[in-house]
Amino acid sequence: MLVLEDVHTHYGKIEALHGVSVEVKKGEIVSLIGANGAGKTTLLMTVCGNPQATSGRVIFQGRDITRDMTSNIMRSGIAIVPEGRRVFSGLTVEENLHMGGFFNTKSEIRKSQDHVYELFPRLKEREHQRAGTMSGGEQQMLAIGRALMSKPNMIILDEPSLGLAPLVIKQIFEIIGKLREEGITVFLVEQNAHQALNLADRGYVLETGRIRLHDTGRNLLANPDVQNAYLGG
Amino acid sequence: MASHNLKHALFCAIVTLIISYPILGFNLESQGIDVTLEGAETSTVLGVLLAAVIVFLFQLFRDNVMGSLRQLPAVNPLANRKPMEQSKRLKLESTLLTLMVIGALIWPFIASRGAVDLATLVLIYIMLALGLNVVVGLAGLLDLGYVAFYAVGAYTFALLSQYYGVSFWFALPIGALLAALFGLVLGFPVLRLRGDYLAIVTLGFGEIIRILLNNMTSLTGGPNGIGGIPDPTLFGMEFGRRVKEEGNTSFHETFGIAYSGEHKVIFLYLIALVLAVITAIAIRRLMRMPVGRAWEALREDEIAAKSLGLSRTAVKLSAFTIGAFFAGFAGTVFASKQGFISPESFVFLESAIILAIVVLGGMGSQMGVILAAIAVTILPELAREFSEYRMLIFGAAMVLMMVWRPQGLMPMRRIHIELKRQE
Repeated sequence: MLVLEDVHTHYGKIEALHGVSVEVKKGEIVSLIGANGAGKTTLLMTVCGNPQATSGRVIFQGRDITRDMTSNIMRSGIAIVPEGRRVFSGLTVEENLHMGGFFNTKSEIRKSQDHVYELFPRLKEREHQRAGTMSGGEQQMLAIGRALMSKPNMIILDEPSLGLAPLVIKQIFEIIGKLREEGITVFLVEQNAHQALNLADRGYVLETGRIRLHDTGRNLLANPDVQNAYLGG
Repeated sequence: MASHNLKHALFCAIVTLIISYPILGFNLESQGIDVTLEGAETSTVLGVLLAAVIVFLFQLFRDNVMGSLRQLPAVNPLANRKPMEQSKRLKLESTLLTLMVIGALIWPFIASRGAVDLATLVLIYIMLALGLNVVVGLAGLLDLGYVAFYAVGAYTFALLSQYYGVSFWFALPIGALLAALFGLVLGFPVLRLRGDYLAIVTLGFGEIIRILLNNMTSLTGGPNGIGGIPDPTLFGMEFGRRVKEEGNTSFHETFGIAYSGEHKVIFLYLIALVLAVITAIAIRRLMRMPVGRAWEALREDEIAAKSLGLSRTAVKLSAFTIGAFFAGFAGTVFASKQGFISPESFVFLESAIILAIVVLGGMGSQMGVILAAIAVTILPELAREFSEYRMLIFGAAMVLMMVWRPQGLMPMRRIHIELKRQE
């Protein structure tokens, strides 16, 4: 579904990704783990076309999107839950969700809104509350819900566990599992390697802009190098 | 502590002296061709000294004074008031708005000619402020050159009438559309900028337009301006004593009433009122539509908005264009009201005043902006009795506002429900 072929990305003169190849197949959960500054977010942003890859190709659903505009990419069936949630804090929960379905018709919006409330009953309770006044976990739920509003085929999550309590993290990962059951492909970027690999069908390990390892989630969890570097030995 | 207070108080008193004595304590007297410096009258000097002493004493006992002030109950009567219920608030707001419009309709028939003229100006400022509110309050783009679009609207009408004899009603949509076009064109290069940088570039554009108008003498008459801009007509009826254009009839003859200069003023006022109401309603609708939400979303978080597939360019440009459109509206009415325009009407100070209205009213809040437009336009007129001190009073009022209501007169509220406390 999503293929990155030998992607190089630059910030000005500095190369952040040195030829990364990643593939996410339909219906999978694929995790990308790596330390701070390894280029995880850069990789995601390259998929979204901001910044664009300087060489290599990004292919989504068989279409080359390497040179597409961000706004077009984001309307073609990919949704991203950005790092740090980034909900519209001054808008209400409902308005946030409506922003997610911006390019859909009213009836579609209503349908996906009901669906999101089904997934996150908590959001329904807070429907008319300002997003900024909610807890971090609730905001993360809202960010995921907002991404789902566009009825994406694939959802990209950037560090969904960032700054959340362990119990909330567990909930979030349960929801990610549910997304797979609904047939949504998930590309998960995480520092929380244990949880991410546990859930994932396959995993990639990114180190200083290169893919170091690539295996099934279970094998990576058992890999001694991974254990040493990311799972605390 | 006491010595610290004493030092501070002395310092303040000296500053007072330094500031006020040279300004008030000396007079320039001209004797023939020479100008000599003379000390002012004793009473003035005594006054300055008295002021310094008052400042000294106030600063010395500042803690006590402020402490007892704070104990006075209800200095701010709104402080302890509970927020109104949402449904009640909405109802009150719509009733209030209806009453305001009805009051505004009756106004010209009971007020004096000068008051009606001033009210027309207020309405023009309301249109401008509502338009800028879209750009600054909703989309969060700090635009310091907004007056440029106002100028485009005004000059469009002035030039069209001068060269092609186009009437007010034709020029009105053309002026607004042309201003919108300028908004679109000027919007493009500034889209990549944010915050302070955006403010500076828009400030530059505002000046470019004004300087262009000032220097394209062959077309715009430069600093001499354009005069003889026709008044609007009512279905071909003119408001002058004599009909200027052939084929037109005059208002007072058609209705068989005596000629009065007031008719024209009232008619202009009513046009401005209708346009202001249209502006308010149109923007209110836009705010509720997806475009309006997109503006707010982009203001709240650009990255998140982009991640949802919103095009930053399209959203920002739409805000710029729509804001400019209403400025063009206001400009056309202004040109018609004045009958004469020159680049001097479109200086940066105008932009600043419109921005002040938006900020004072509470960014994004329509009701607040309308109230602030009324206050900011009328206050300097009311303070006219104090002649040279009127701008000082205006400034003091602004400072008080900022202390009393830093969020603006009526901060924007969005519809939300309060959770009931569980028993």
